[in-house]
Amino acid sequence: MPTPPRPVFELKDVEKVFQVRKPGQRFGRKTVGLRALDGVRLSVEQGASLALVGESGSGKSTLLRVLLGLDAPTDGQARYRGRPIRAVRDEGADFARDVAMVYQDARGSLNPRMTVGALIAEPLRRFAVVPAPEIGARVATLLTRVGLPADAAGRYPAALSGGQVRRVAIARALASDPSVLVADEAVSGLDVSTQAQLLTLLRRLQQDMGLTLVFITHDLGVASFLCEQIAIMYLGRIVETGPTDAVLTSPAHPYTAALRDAAPKFFEPIAEPLPGEIPSPLDLPSGCRFSGRCPRVQPDCHARDPHLARSRTRSVTRSVACLHPLAPVDGAGPVAPANPGPAPEQTRPD
Amino acid sequence: MNLLSIDALTVDRGTARILDRVSLDVARGETVALVGESGAGKSTIATAIMRLLGDARISGSIALADAGDLLALREPDMVRLRGRRLSMIFQDAGAALNPAYTVGAQLVSAVRRNLGLGKRDAHARAVELMTQVGINDPEARLSAYPHQLSGGMQQRVMVAIALAADPDLLLADEPTSALDVTIQAQIVRLILAQTRARGAACIFVLHDLALASQACDSVVVLYAGQVVESGPVRDVLDNARHPYTRQLKSCVLEIGRDDLVAPEGTVPSHEDMPAGCRFATRCPRAQDRCWADAPPLETARGSHRFACWNPE
Repeated sequence: MPTPPRPVFELKDVEKVFQVRKPGQRFGRKTVGLRALDGVRLSVEQGASLALVGESGSGKSTLLRVLLGLDAPTDGQARYRGRPIRAVRDEGADFARDVAMVYQDARGSLNPRMTVGALIAEPLRRFAVVPAPEIGARVATLLTRVGLPADAAGRYPAALSGGQVRRVAIARALASDPSVLVADEAVSGLDVSTQAQLLTLLRRLQQDMGLTLVFITHDLGVASFLCEQIAIMYLGRIVETGPTDAVLTSPAHPYTAALRDAAPKFFEPIAEPLPGEIPSPLDLPSGCRFSGRCPRVQPDCHARDPHLARSRTRSVTRSVACLHPLAPVDGAGPVAPANPGPAPEQTRPD
Repeated sequence: MNLLSIDALTVDRGTARILDRVSLDVARGETVALVGESGAGKSTIATAIMRLLGDARISGSIALADAGDLLALREPDMVRLRGRRLSMIFQDAGAALNPAYTVGAQLVSAVRRNLGLGKRDAHARAVELMTQVGINDPEARLSAYPHQLSGGMQQRVMVAIALAADPDLLLADEPTSALDVTIQAQIVRLILAQTRARGAACIFVLHDLALASQACDSVVVLYAGQVVESGPVRDVLDNARHPYTRQLKSCVLEIGRDDLVAPEGTVPSHEDMPAGCRFATRCPRAQDRCWADAPPLETARGSHRFACWNPE
C-alpha cells in the first residue's frame, strides 16, 4: 500500500520569539521575548486551500514568514513535504520555485524600472522554466491567464491600476509553475468590483492548476468564497480551525463568532462589538488570552490556558482552543473546572 | 429646510472633470452614505464641503443653513465654520494627528479655539470628550503622543476633536477602513451614537455597501464623478433601479456566498469618458441611446432618484 502523501506544510508546536527592547526604557539594552507565535499546529495538504484569518497582531505575518522559511521557528518543527523548511530552502532554488508568493503591497513588490514583460520573464529565466527563445511566448500566455491584455507587457507598473498590478504579481508568482501559492491580503484595499475579478481569477487558477493555496485575509467573506479550510488566529495562536463552511456557520470559539458578527451584513443592526482591543503580546492575560474580551468568559478561563484540541467528527476535522466552546466539537466539549478532561492537548501546564 | 444643499457641484482639475453636476441634500440629524469605487468623487465631495480642494476649479453651490453658499464665503468666514459647524475625520487618523504634540495638546487646542474656553475649562472639557469617545483613563491618555496609541484609539481621539464644538455636520471619510473589523464596529457605533446625541448630521464616505445599509439613513451612489442613484437606504440598496448600484451590491461578499459574477472592465479614464452615460462601457443593459445621451436624474418614488435610460 502506498504511503499517504506528506502534507505540503506541517507545523508542530511552532514558537517564534522575537527579542524586543523592554518597554518603558529608552536607552537600555535589556530585552524581553515577544512570543509572536505560540504553539502553532497546522497541516496543509496538497491541493488544499487554507485561509489564515486574524486581526493585526495575531501573528499571521510571522506565520507566513515561517512557512516561507524566512524566519526559523524558535521552537517546534516547521516542515515542507516532510522536511524542515529552512533546510529545504537552503538547498537551492527548488523551494522558491515550488512555493510562490503574492505580497500585500503588490506595487512595492515590483521593480518600477522594469516593464511588466521583463518582470514576468525574470522568474522564467531564473528558474529556467522554458528555453530562452520561448520566454516571450510564455509571458504572453501568463498575461492571458491572469486576464491582462498582451500589450501590458510593454508597460511599467506605474501605468497600471491597483487591480492590474495585483494581476502582474499573480502572473509573476505563477511563472515558475509552482504547486503552492501563498498570498498575503492579495485582494484587500481594492474596489469591490476589482476584488471580485481577482477572486474569481484566483479560484479558477486554483481549480485549473490544482494549486495549494494559503491565503491570508482579514475578510471572512473572502475566506469563505476562496478557501475550503480556515484557521482563526488570535495573539499568536490558532484558536479555531476546520472546514470554512462549518466554522463560519457554527463557530465554536467566541472570538470566531465575534469576527463573524462584526462583518457588515445588509440591513442588520451593527453587532455589539467586542470590548477593548487585542492586548499587547508582552502583557498577556493569565489563562485564556481571549478572556479579557470574551463575552462568555467563565471564572476558570482566567486560570487555565486552553490549547487547540483536535477532533474528528464524521470525517470532518475541527479544532478549537476554548474551555467553553459555543458549538459542540468532539473532544473539546465543555470541561468541568474540577476535571481537566481526558484530552491531553487540551491544557498544558506552562 | 435642509442643513446642507449641494446643487450642480462641478469640480475640474486640469482637463479632468472630477465631479459633474452633483446635487444632494442632507437634513438635520440625517446620516448619508456616499458610496462608489475609487475615483468616483466621494472624497472630493467631502473635501469640497470643507473647501479644502486647493486649486481645483469649482462651480455650483453648497448651501449650509444660516451660512449661505459656502463657495461664496470669504476664507476667514470659512475658517470660523470649520471645526464649529463642519468637521471632518479621515481614514488615516495616525496621519491626521500631529506626531509632535500630545493628543491632549491637540484636543485642548481644538476645544479652546472652537469653544473659546480658558485653559482649565478646556482641559476639563477634553477629559469629558475623551470619556465620551470611550477612552479609559482619559487623564493619562491625554499626555500620550499619537504613536503611543493604537489605530482604534487614534480614531477615537479624532472623533473627540471633530465633535469638540458640537458641529452640525460631521464628514467621515472612510473612518474605519484602516481598522480591524472588531474595532470598525466600535468606531462606527461610536460615531453614530455621538452624532445622534448631538443631533448632528453625518456624511459617511464608504466603499462598503453593507456597512452603509447598517449605518445610514440614505445613500448616494457615485460613478465616475456623477450621482447615478440616491435616496433612502432601503429604496436604493434593496430596490435599486440603476444597473451600477445592482452590480456594486452583487460584488459584496457576505459570508457563505459561493456565487460571484465579476463585472467586466474598469471605470473609464477621464480622457476616454463616454459622451452619453458614463457607465455605458460596463453596463449589461446599455442601448444605443445610452452611448449618445447622458441620462438625467429621474424620480422613482419619493426622494429615490436614479439616472438611467433603461432602469431595472
